[in-house]
Amino acid sequence: MDLLQVLTYLVWLVGSVTFILALKFLASPATARRGNQLGAAGMALIILWTFFTVDGMLANWWILLVGGLVGSVIGVLGARRVPMTAMPQMVAIFNGAGGGAAAVVAIAEFLRDTGEAGSGELLSVPFMIATLLGAVIGSVSFTGSIIAFGKLQGIVAARPVKYPGSQVVTGALFLALVALAVYLVAFDNSVPLFLLFCGLALVLGVQLVMPIGGADMPVVVSLLNSYTGIAVAATGFVLGNYALLIAGTLVGASGAILTQLMCRAMNRSLFNVLFAGFGTGGEALAAGAEGEEQLREISAEDAAVLMAYGSRVVIVPGYGMAVAQAQGPVRELMDLLLAKGVDVQFAIHPVAGRMPGHMNVLLAEANVPYDRLKEMDEINDDFGETDVARGMGANDGVNPLAREEGSPISGMPILNVDQAQNIIVLKRGRGTGFAGIPNPLFSNPKTTMLFGDAKPSVEALVSGVKQA
Amino acid sequence: MSDASTLDPFALIAALYILVLAAFVGYEVVSKVPTMLHTPLMSGANAIHGVIVVGAMLVAATAEGPLRIVLALVGVTLGTINVVGGFVVTDRMLEMFRKRPGGRE
Repeated sequence: MDLLQVLTYLVWLVGSVTFILALKFLASPATARRGNQLGAAGMALIILWTFFTVDGMLANWWILLVGGLVGSVIGVLGARRVPMTAMPQMVAIFNGAGGGAAAVVAIAEFLRDTGEAGSGELLSVPFMIATLLGAVIGSVSFTGSIIAFGKLQGIVAARPVKYPGSQVVTGALFLALVALAVYLVAFDNSVPLFLLFCGLALVLGVQLVMPIGGADMPVVVSLLNSYTGIAVAATGFVLGNYALLIAGTLVGASGAILTQLMCRAMNRSLFNVLFAGFGTGGEALAAGAEGEEQLREISAEDAAVLMAYGSRVVIVPGYGMAVAQAQGPVRELMDLLLAKGVDVQFAIHPVAGRMPGHMNVLLAEANVPYDRLKEMDEINDDFGETDVARGMGANDGVNPLAREEGSPISGMPILNVDQAQNIIVLKRGRGTGFAGIPNPLFSNPKTTMLFGDAKPSVEALVSGVKQA
Repeated sequence: MSDASTLDPFALIAALYILVLAAFVGYEVVSKVPTMLHTPLMSGANAIHGVIVVGAMLVAATAEGPLRIVLALVGVTLGTINVVGGFVVTDRMLEMFRKRPGGRE
């Protein structure tokens, strides 16, 4: 091992430590940003080191130039321009890019090594297994992330898309992949079969994500994030590159535990999320309740008076606030109410919005101090003492049906909004939530509805409170 | 640097050690992150696996023939999107969690 090699291993080590610290510093809002910047610095170090020390790096310099420029422009523009509400989609698409890159690297390595090995000579088993893993997991992550992006963006139907026998097709695809893998490792390093293997993996990615409902996409994105990590680790193994191996494994493991935490927040198992086709279980129940709903409407002025003369208001933000970009007016409303001596808090359901922490990000953007944001367990027992609870596009997370048997969301932890003295629901239309389930909270006698897009509604409330 | 096609058994075992230990580190580190930071966490982890761009650069360095050239170009582009977009978007999210009066931290 010459000096350059020793230094390379040390650079990888330094980079890997910055990645671990980046994740570790995310444990607190005070250090999170510094951690991310540290990780970025470590990443830059590894990339620049590779660029300047690997022999023949400039052999195809134009690939690096074009790919690096195009990738940077797309990455920066995407990351800077996207509205905060569309964050989950953005993470999905960046993750898909990483998965695609991992698959492509695995394929290129396979082509190079089969080209170098003589015909009839098999590549080593560990090498082949790692290559196939990188290719298959990267491909699944690539197409799966694209479908997840489509579902969150509304390009692909958000409802679970299933056709008769779809699970049989998934099973068959899986078996075909295993059979091909065994053949490729043990008998023949055939290039056409390897490409077929990758093609089937791309189809599997679509097939796995299509039957999952839009409400579960955050969990799926987190899981695919973990997949990409594993694919990157496998490629790192193939290339003998410890930086890829460690970074990929870190993300693979952390993504897996994060996925678990998210499932637990919904009180469902990962298996249930992936295969149950959320929103298909309680259809009969949904149909029965729909016609009987008696909703009472309230004007913005009356709602404003109700809040201004209450002593405690809990705001329950949901996806409605996110789409309408209403977080600014909401902050204004909070300030006005606080000035009138009303205690204002925000109750954040763990899966409110499209991702855990989504609401926190939006409200933080609007400068709502984060000690006013309460997590579900913190605030749930206090709803009984609350004068007014205001939902905004929140739906499934406040649905009392979750406490009853036989509903598709049975057992999902909810905010006890129905225990408040008065409930005002801000809602765009009369439809059901993302899970497609009716919400008896809306027909509760204590509930009044303020229909309309969240932003004008909240602005009307703001001017109402000013006059009250 | 030897790759896995020529790795000796000791290097294979070493890689396995690294894999297992790194998995435990990932698990431990993330278990302590509060719910409100889960979105930035997902995004931050996403940026970290953007290190795959290094693999794509190595592919580009040795690419010959149209297929591998195309693969290298796709790999470098996608990898760069992942790493650049990932870190920038995470930074943008975390910028909003800055310390302010009345904050818990």
